[in-house]
Amino acid sequence: MITYKPENHLSLLAKVEAFAGDRLLGREEKSHYHQFKVRGQDAKSLIQFLRDEPGLGFEMFIDLTAVDYLRYPIAQPERFAVITTLLSPTLGIRVQVKAFVAEGDPRLPSLSDLYLGANWTEREVWDLYGIEFMGHPDLKRILMPDDYEGHPLRKDYPLRGRGERGNFPVYHATTQKPQGGV
Amino acid sequence: MGVTGTTNDWATTTLETAVNWARANSLWPMPFGTACCGIEMMAAFMAKYDTARFGSEVMKFSPRQSDLLIVSGRISLKMMPVLQRIWEQMPEPKWCISMGACASSGGVFDTYTLIQGVDQFIPVDAYMPGCPPRPEAFLDALMMVQEKAKKGQAKSQEYVSADASSDPAKSVAYRTPDTHYRHGMDRSTPSREKSGG
Ligand code: SF4
Repeated sequence: MITYKPENHLSLLAKVEAFAGDRLLGREEKSHYHQFKVRGQDAKSLIQFLRDEPGLGFEMFIDLTAVDYLRYPIAQPERFAVITTLLSPTLGIRVQVKAFVAEGDPRLPSLSDLYLGANWTEREVWDLYGIEFMGHPDLKRILMPDDYEGHPLRKDYPLRGRGERGNFPVYHATTQKPQGGV
Repeated sequence: MGVTGTTNDWATTTLETAVNWARANSLWPMPFGTACCGIEMMAAFMAKYDTARFGSEVMKFSPRQSDLLIVSGRISLKMMPVLQRIWEQMPEPKWCISMGACASSGGVFDTYTLIQGVDQFIPVDAYMPGCPPRPEAFLDALMMVQEKAKKGQAKSQEYVSADASSDPAKSVAYRTPDTHYRHGMDRSTPSREKSGG
């Protein structure tokens, strides 16, 4: 069972602040986890630090997801944020690393060499948000059909799609000879 | 049953009528439950509602041995080719029930990924409103299909009579779902989206 120990939280914050310094854009304390905001290029080193630093031990990969802040009322450093959630069984603490990714260059180093679980979640973020993970072993769509165009969870993607859902061949009875087509 | 004469021990009818009667009372369903409606479909098959009373208790997950496709649930972009392929594998004559708001019209999911009504792409014989429909509605649809089967009607047969070569407006490029799946969506064909989509 994980018990709440205030000294664990203080040492975590001290270590992260010493490591990241002014690369840390911000920090938030949520009800049951800490969130560290960094730029995309700094995210992987921070995550590696959280995993490998003795006494921290964020070995458990919980989730990786993304946010599109297009037209968000509160100003954000960049349009996209990729959020990685980790758990430390040693400290009993969850953290989130929020990595901001620019709209013009939506790329991020892949975490799949640190955590095997990141493989599919990164494919999902690539599929739905179009954020590319460099160094990923097999970056292809996971939810949408392979030939789908566009990244539908981006806020500027039309909700009803671009006509994909209405675009299938109509079924004819098998007794009819195939007409035209392939 | 179109019985033309009876006494105590014999009856006459046409062969067609007898075959249709037999088909109507031994529909073999192919359940295609992709979402919550599938649960109500299962309830309809279980003891309380019991479709066995209508001769259709043999649930076949093998399309080649069934003649009634029950589409119960949301059909997504990625699932539609699979559904079409299953429908193609079923032998004629065959019937299709579109169960629930999602299968019939997309329901509340008016989004990029959901097919707005499977009847745009496969022939549907009976629609069931509701989200989800109750098992009674399921029985109602089943009886509708039985009525059709007794008359020898099926929506899929209507396509046979429409001669696509004489009326180009009715002609649609025909590809097997398999080809479609491999080569992807052909964006050059006009969208069959309902207006406002
Ligand atoms: S119609 Fe309602 S119950 Fe049926 S699949 Fe759609 S959401 Fe679920």
